[in-house]
Amino acid sequence: MDALIEKLKKQIIEQLNLAEVNPDEVSADSPLFGEGLGLDSIDALELIVLLEKHYGIKIEDPKDGKVIFQSLRTMAEYIKAQGKG
Amino acid sequence: MNIITSYAHIKHHQVAVNGELIFKTEPTHSLSEFLSEAYKSLGISYPKFHKMDAQCKLGLLCTEFALQHNAFLTNAPLNKTAIILSNSASSLETDRQYQASIADKLNYFPSPTVFVYTLPNIVIGEIAIKHKLTGENAFFVAEKMDAQLLVNYAEILLNQYAEAAIVGWVDVDGDNYEAFIFLVENGEYLNKNAIFKPLNQSTVNQLYNQTSWTH
Repeated sequence: MDALIEKLKKQIIEQLNLAEVNPDEVSADSPLFGEGLGLDSIDALELIVLLEKHYGIKIEDPKDGKVIFQSLRTMAEYIKAQGKG
Repeated sequence: MNIITSYAHIKHHQVAVNGELIFKTEPTHSLSEFLSEAYKSLGISYPKFHKMDAQCKLGLLCTEFALQHNAFLTNAPLNKTAIILSNSASSLETDRQYQASIADKLNYFPSPTVFVYTLPNIVIGEIAIKHKLTGENAFFVAEKMDAQLLVNYAEILLNQYAEAAIVGWVDVDGDNYEAFIFLVENGEYLNKNAIFKPLNQSTVNQLYNQTSWTH
């Protein structure tokens, strides 16, 4: 799980151009939105694309994103649950 | 009386403020590298900058350089500060990037973060968000930097709806790019670092052609 979380962290920082984010300061349980990484609604759409592009997972209902994209850990758990990680 | 109190001009990998060159990088740098270095030179932290397309980065940077050491936004009410910009390439550069991302039907992953920049006036939104400006705005696509167009529209707004305006040209098309932004205030302010030039077509053209670029 830890390896997948680290991989996700790198992919998100690269794909969302989070150039001023220090990866070492982002923990597995940091909120992705709001106080944590400070992502916005467009970033949420980009995360949906990331899951499809890199893990072959298609989120049919965007409302599910609210649970899946809480943190790196919840994302990794979702990917594992889909048998993709 | 409408007065130009500061201006910035970016092209040839150089930045000039009020006619003086203040920053440059090697001409061999890519536009992306130049914009990144220019951002660092400002000494500001605005993480959203890195998410923007080249046109928005260029427009935001040029505005920031014009505002640097200037009391413009401390004088002007945010809801009465207008933004009027223009260019010739519209959002063509980002349109091309987006088109490339959807060209291969077998590798079809349209990027939302690229798509949101496929309009030329998004640069106005980025400047407005950065400075919480809620005044009138307009974006014109014109063949070249048209001082008469910009001055006329700025005067209309400044005489009715606005007390200040960020006005200029922000154009990106491949390796060709240029930004020229001037700040206009309706009235005279005690602004020790400001230049005081009347807003008219002749002055804008003069300022636009004033900088001696190094090559």
